[in-house]
Amino acid sequence: MRGLGDTFFNLQVIEKYLPALLSGFRVTLALAGAVVTLGILLGLTLAMVRAFRFRVVNWLIVAFVDLFRTLPQLVVLVFAYFGLPYAGITISGFTAATLGLGLVLAAFAEEAFWAAITAIPRGQWEAARSTGLSFAQALGSVVMPQAVRIAIPLLTNRTIAITKGTALASVIAVPEILDKAQSAMSLSSNASPLIIGAGLYLAIFAPFVVFSRWLERRFGWII
Amino acid sequence: MANDCFLLEIDDLHKSFGDLEVLKGINLRVRPGEVIILIGPSGSGKSTFLRCINRLEEPTRGRIRVDGTEIMARGVDLNRVRKDIGIVFQAFNLYPHLTALGNVTLALRKVLRMSRQDAEACGRRMLEHVGLAEKADAYPSELSGGQQQRVAIARALALEPKLMLFDEPTSALDPELVGSVLKVMRDLRDEGMTMVVVTHEMSFARDAGDRVLFMDGGEIVEEGPPSTIFRNPAHQRTREFLQRVLHV
Ligand SMILES: Nc1ncnc2c1ncn2[C@@H]1O[C@H](COP(=O)(O)OP(=O)(O)OP(=O)(O)O)[C@@H](O)[C@H]1O
Ligand SMILES: [Mg+2]
Repeated sequence: MRGLGDTFFNLQVIEKYLPALLSGFRVTLALAGAVVTLGILLGLTLAMVRAFRFRVVNWLIVAFVDLFRTLPQLVVLVFAYFGLPYAGITISGFTAATLGLGLVLAAFAEEAFWAAITAIPRGQWEAARSTGLSFAQALGSVVMPQAVRIAIPLLTNRTIAITKGTALASVIAVPEILDKAQSAMSLSSNASPLIIGAGLYLAIFAPFVVFSRWLERRFGWII
Repeated sequence: MANDCFLLEIDDLHKSFGDLEVLKGINLRVRPGEVIILIGPSGSGKSTFLRCINRLEEPTRGRIRVDGTEIMARGVDLNRVRKDIGIVFQAFNLYPHLTALGNVTLALRKVLRMSRQDAEACGRRMLEHVGLAEKADAYPSELSGGQQQRVAIARALALEPKLMLFDEPTSALDPELVGSVLKVMRDLRDEGMTMVVVTHEMSFARDAGDRVLFMDGGEIVEEGPPSTIFRNPAHQRTREFLQRVLHV
């Protein structure tokens, strides 16, 4: 048993590599925040633009959504980091990860918001338009406040799943938790850093999950 | 043309959905303060007709003038026109995420650009008008059907429309709640509001209507004062329809 404790919970190793792991924690947190912000805001914007039904614009939105829903996240990340430089665009690993995961989340978020917009009964639009509101005003003041509530339960799981993909960013040299834990593991020949890393992921995503449950309860009514 | 004495003028209004011709040339003149009752069998085009008047449904052709404004004209500001035409739906269509007051004040703030304070003062007056002053902060889900429909009426009235359209405003209500809505509509009539009302409430039609229009198959088959239409209709189709609705 002593061997097992030493392998997975070695205090000396933990002490030595904790600062590195904590810096990884900050990077993961920043990356998760950036991905969620970009993904949700872009997805919301695209769904609202789609509501105006400009034909060509909508084709482009649907093409974007289908592309990023289909590609594996890792492929998107690797393309952004290793592929774009061939086109003369070099971005940092952090930017590549934000962009890659953010666009994937945006694609799923757009679908969730769009499904919610189409679920709003026609009578809501008609009530708004019949009192003189423009299409944009009806969308902004009547339809979106309800659509966002409907979209929340559709969104939370996806958001968590995609945000957990920040661990994939270790592949493109983003110094996040998994990256730090892996190098600490190979330097120390000990698995303890991974255990701490797992604990740090929990520290980020457990509140996230709890928050999403609260959101679903608070706003998750369907009309 | 002396069209100043009509608030609503409709000439040869047609509406088709694809191959289905739902309105086959409707003509109607409504004087200020007049209450028009529209009756007819299901599918005869009553709702479609009403919804064409504020262009929620786009007419295929015809002319519509509201208080002298050609609302089918190109370049007409539809949002301005609609402000003058209130409509009340069978299903209320209140905004579920807003309180009663929020429902009434939304257009005041967005369309008339009133300040929040002015809009709320006006909104509270409107709710008081329909007997719901104490429900200003209630959400639609917390109100009875009759209360919801009265909020919907207040929402339309807040914009001070020249014309009010009602599409079976009491059909979705439990019988004991119908009276409260009809009372608000009678009050409106007494205040001189011009109204076009689709309804099967025959007692309301009889004592609040100035004219009854019987519609069937996308046409106005017969029209006249309630006493004539109900007691002594000229057309067989009207008689058959009245026999059916008055016996259920
Ligand atoms: N958006 C639409 N698309 C296609 N057909 C429609 C549409 N709206 C109405 N119709 C058809 O037009 C006809 C008239 O419908 P409308 O709702 O105006 O009748 P109504 O007289 O109001 O009937 P009810 O008493 O049942 O409310 C019906 O045959 C209906 O199926
Ligand atoms: Mg109808």
